[in-house]
Formats: sequence, C-alpha cells, structure tokens
Amino acid sequence: MARSISTSRATVTGVVAWTVGFLVFFPILWIVILSFKAEGDAIGTPWHILTSPWITEAYVTVQERSDYFKHFMNSVVISVGSTLLGLLIAIPAAWAMAFAPGKRTKDVLMWMLSTKMMPAAGVLVPIYLIFRDFGLLDTRTGLVAVIMLVNLPIIVWMLYTYFREIPGEILEAARMDGASLREEIVYILTPMAIPGIASTLLLNIILAWNEAFWTLRLTAAKAAPLTAFIASYSSPEGLFYAKLSAASTMAIAPILVMGWFSQKQLVRGLTFGAVK
Amino acid sequence: MATLHTRSMARLMISPAVLSLLVWMIIPLAMTLWFSFQQYNLLYPERTGFAGWDNFNYFVTDFRFWPAIANTLILVLGVLAITTIGGILLALLLDQPFFGQGVVRLLVLAPFFVMPTVSALVWKNMFMNPVNGLFGHIAKAFGFQGYDFLGQAPLFSIIIMVAWQWLPFATLILLTALQSLDSEQIEAAEMDGASAFERFRYIVLPHLTRALTVVVLIQTIFLLSVYAEILVTTNGGPGTASLNLPFLVYLNSIIDNDVGVGAAGGVIAIILANIVAIFLMRAIGKNLDA
Repeated sequence: MARSISTSRATVTGVVAWTVGFLVFFPILWIVILSFKAEGDAIGTPWHILTSPWITEAYVTVQERSDYFKHFMNSVVISVGSTLLGLLIAIPAAWAMAFAPGKRTKDVLMWMLSTKMMPAAGVLVPIYLIFRDFGLLDTRTGLVAVIMLVNLPIIVWMLYTYFREIPGEILEAARMDGASLREEIVYILTPMAIPGIASTLLLNIILAWNEAFWTLRLTAAKAAPLTAFIASYSSPEGLFYAKLSAASTMAIAPILVMGWFSQKQLVRGLTFGAVK
Repeated sequence: MATLHTRSMARLMISPAVLSLLVWMIIPLAMTLWFSFQQYNLLYPERTGFAGWDNFNYFVTDFRFWPAIANTLILVLGVLAITTIGGILLALLLDQPFFGQGVVRLLVLAPFFVMPTVSALVWKNMFMNPVNGLFGHIAKAFGFQGYDFLGQAPLFSIIIMVAWQWLPFATLILLTALQSLDSEQIEAAEMDGASAFERFRYIVLPHLTRALTVVVLIQTIFLLSVYAEILVTTNGGPGTASLNLPFLVYLNSIIDNDVGVGAAGGVIAIILANIVAIFLMRAIGKNLDA
C-alpha cells in the first residue's frame, strides 16, 4: 500500500519536473529548431515552423557570408589562451598556499578574491585608454591578458580548494619510503592534482568564452570573439531568424557540452569553495 | 621544520599571481580616481586641469543618474527574487526521486552556459518580438494583439532574460546544499508529526541559509554589472527606462567621450560594488576557518 502511494507520487513528481525542465530548456531547443529553417519559414507561426521543411542552408550562409570561422577561432584562442596562461601563474601560487601556508595565506586569498569584486565599468576608462595607447585595441593578445586577469582569482581559488584536499600524510609516507622530491612530484602529487587542474581548466574556458563586457568593448572586426560577433546581429540582421539561430547554435553548442561535463565543479568554482 | 628555504620558495611561487593582480587592480583604480578629478574630454583635448568635484557633480545631477541607480537596484532585486525563489522550488523538485533525474538536471542547467549576447538577442527576436516572436504568435492565436515587451516593459523584459540565465546557477548551488542535508533528521521530524511545511521551514530552510547567502551575494556582484543584455536589446531606452549604472558609465565615457565624467561614474560603481563585496567576503572568509 505505502509502496503504491510512493510510486504514484514519483510519477507526479516526474511529470512536473520534466515539464519544468523542458520549459527552462525550451529557448535553446527553439534556436536549434529555427536554425534548420528557411528565413521565410522561421518567422511563421509555431505550427508552420514545426511543419515546414528542415534545411541546413542557414549554416552554410553564415559560414560563407560572415567569416564565422574567424570569430570562432578568436573565441577559442582567447578562452583557451587566457585559461592556460592563468593556470601557469596560478598553479605555483595555489600549490604554495596549500602545502606551505604562512600566516598571511588567508589574507592573500581574500585579497585576490576582492579584485574580482571590482566592477568592470569602474575601470573601463583606464583600460580602454591603456589599450588604445599601447595599440592593444582589437587584438587577441590584449583580450587574453584582460580575461586572464579577470578570472585569475577564480583559478587560484579553485586550485587551492582542490590542492588542500590532497592529504599531506601521503607525502610523509612517500618520504619515509625514500622517495626523492622529483619522485614525489611526478608519481604522487601530479596524479592527485590533475583532476582538480582539469576541472579548473574546463570551468574557466566556459567563463572566458561567455565573457561579454571586455570582449564587446575592446574589440572591433579583427579580434572579435563570438560574443561580439553575435552582438553585431542586434540590428537589422537580427531579423534574419534562421541565420541568427544558426550562428547562435554554433556559438553555444561546444560550451554547453563542456558545461554539462563540468556541472559538479561549477558549484565549487563559482562559490569559491563555500558550497561543495 | 618549515624552513626558511621552503618559506622563501613559497613566496617566490606566489609572487607572479600576486604581482599581476596587484598591477591589474592598482593601476586602473588609480587612473580612474585621477581622471575623475580631471577635465578630460577626448573631443576637447585643449581643456585640461584639475576639475575638483565637477565630474561627480555632473554625473549625479545628470537627469539619467537617479533612473540609472533605480534601474540598477530593480534589476538586481528583481532577478534575485526570481532566481532565489525559483531556485529553491526547483532544487526541492529535483531533489525528489523520479525517472530521468539526471537528464532534467542537465536541461535546467543549460541556460547558464548560453553567452549573454545570444540569450538577449534570442529573447528579443524569437520570443518578445510582438509580430514574429513566439509570444506574439501565441497571443494572436488567442485573438490578442502581440505585446511589445521591450518597448512597453523594457526593464521587466531584461529582468526575465537575465533571470533565465541565473536561475540554473541558484538551482544548482541550492540543490548541492540540499543533498548534504541529513535525511535522518527529516525522517525523525516526520515521525514526530511535523507537516511538510514545518519540515521545510524549520529544517530545510535553515540548512540552506549559507548557500542562499552565497547565491545572493555572488549574483549581486555579477548583476550590478549587467551590460551586454542592455546593449543588444534596448540600449538603455526608451528614454532611461532600462538604463543601469554600468551602461551610463559606458555612455559617458565611450559614446560622449567624456573620460572625466565616465571615471567619476566608475568610482561610484566601485563604491556600490564594495558595499556588497564586504558582506560577501565575510560569508566566504568564515568558511576558510572551518
């Protein structure tokens, strides 16, 4: 008896949950559907959209007309480049803070976090002028540097919370067994640290890919990543629903897949370890 | 045994990160402060010199200032209300056992990974456009006129777009917190005759307090600087209806070329963000000791 009640309750919960999940996801699904339609069909009624022929013309047009691939590569270079550079700087720092903490370690960590609180609008003017004077406007180099700095506190924090979980006793045990420093690093620490580094890498590529203040303000035609390229559809090309949908689908698909893989790490990364 | 050697080694390893963040923070901050007290308009390069409080005065007496402050706050509070309440409900729902839990979780999480410009343009055109948007079609099917969301209720429309992007974040974090709740506690309360509401009010909600605090504070940091969504949808208009503080700074410094006034606005934005930051740092700092 009790069993049948809980089964029917699970069914109701399931129906409600699936409906809500579908509604939240629906805008993304709708873009994908529209991207496979002809322009004339894409502005029709929902019924017309679902029943009209499915074609891939919009994808072809976007590729041909707008250098889509160039902007895609800009996004890749900027997000991967800034993340790798950030890791290069952050790994030693997080390592030292986790394994050889000093009296000031906590203060340094909190201070790093505080740089993240600075609103971009507050430093827009000087950064813009510095970029102009050093010829960095509309260059990938400039954006890699800025995005790296914007995300550096998150990278350090994420790595720190991961490294701190590596038990120190393991090192002592290895030392007792006569492991050299090199062996310690290669055989013990690195394998234990790699999952944390990988999650940090993934989450920061996602954050850098979607960054939409500096990428919009500091680029024009040449170094613009997808965020800025899509923004150029705001008018009047935005009225070309199928093309806008195709460009959008291609812009979000890779990062959505990566995001789904990193959902567990997302919580830790974005709450600076406060919620695990 | 933590020798001088390891100490100085550690310092050496930390210094690249510290130095680069120090430069990133101090130089622009000092420049913003400096410019905010200077006459500096790119269109009138001959006018230079100390401006006193003129830039601040100009910025805060601009007829757009108070609407921008009000809109900034409404935007932050509106999105926070939707995402925290919606997030709690969704987290409670997804915490129940049902068929395909993992898949639904992925569906709900998805909007967080959509870049802001895509999200804004898609909502603007494919959904909120009164003629060709989905909502317009639905209204027509029921015999109504399509509602011009961005023309009639621009700030509300932007709140919806931004809330859609942040709802997954709140849900995911609250769900994570919920899963760490001891189920025996709930069962014990159930046996003692506590109603579902009482269990939520006295056990679940207190357990979620910390996660909620973190959600609210982190979102506030990001929501205070919403920019891309406004740029590609309304440009702050009509009039000042959807103008927020970051956007006003952008209008002053980049569109009007007035570096001094833009910098003054920047200083005000920094002060505002810092008030929030102090609370956030306390919440996170506490956790470091634990």
